[in-house]
Amino acid sequence: MIWQLDLAILTLVAICAVAAITVRDLLGAAVLFGAYSFMLCLLWAIMGAVDVAFTEASVGAGVSTVFFIAAVFRTTRRTKD
Amino acid sequence: MDAIIEIAIAKYNYWMYISLMMIGLYAIIAKNNFVKKIIGMNILQTAIILFYISISAKRGATIPIIRHAEGHGHEAVNAMEYMNPLPHVLMLTAIVVAVATLGVALALTVRLYARFETLEEDEINDQIREAQ
Repeated sequence: MIWQLDLAILTLVAICAVAAITVRDLLGAAVLFGAYSFMLCLLWAIMGAVDVAFTEASVGAGVSTVFFIAAVFRTTRRTKD
Repeated sequence: MDAIIEIAIAKYNYWMYISLMMIGLYAIIAKNNFVKKIIGMNILQTAIILFYISISAKRGATIPIIRHAEGHGHEAVNAMEYMNPLPHVLMLTAIVVAVATLGVALALTVRLYARFETLEEDEINDQIREAQ
């Protein structure tokens, strides 16, 4: 585990998490959540969990983002908070 | 005092796990939009995964694949050279469960939008109160 890389990506993860729940557009929130999942995938790879990393990349960053975008297109992009 | 600060800095992964968990819990409780609540639920689940993966990490260890190259096959396996693979396998299940709950939650949200024409919790509550 390289701690400089670990700390940098942890910071990016926190920024993506806060941005995903504060942005006032649901499509933007879905895309930011995909970025959050991909940062977590990089974090798992750094911490030596390669099997969790590729599951997160395919399932977390891939399928979850597709689900969110499909749901947003079937409903609405507007949000009050 | 210095020892306490040193321990607090050395465990930064756990501090980040606690803050991610609190971000997710805040989004579940305080956000008004259902999609935002679902994103918060997912952040909370991934925070738990971060905690378990942090448990399995060791300093100076490599990924949990035993070397089987030429001349490596008959050595004794030293567990200190590899990350602990048991939390990894548990968290594979957790990721799949997270996607299953996400699918169910988004399907319920789409049905709610078809019924009430909105995704905001307070507007849905108002419509239900007016209908009574």
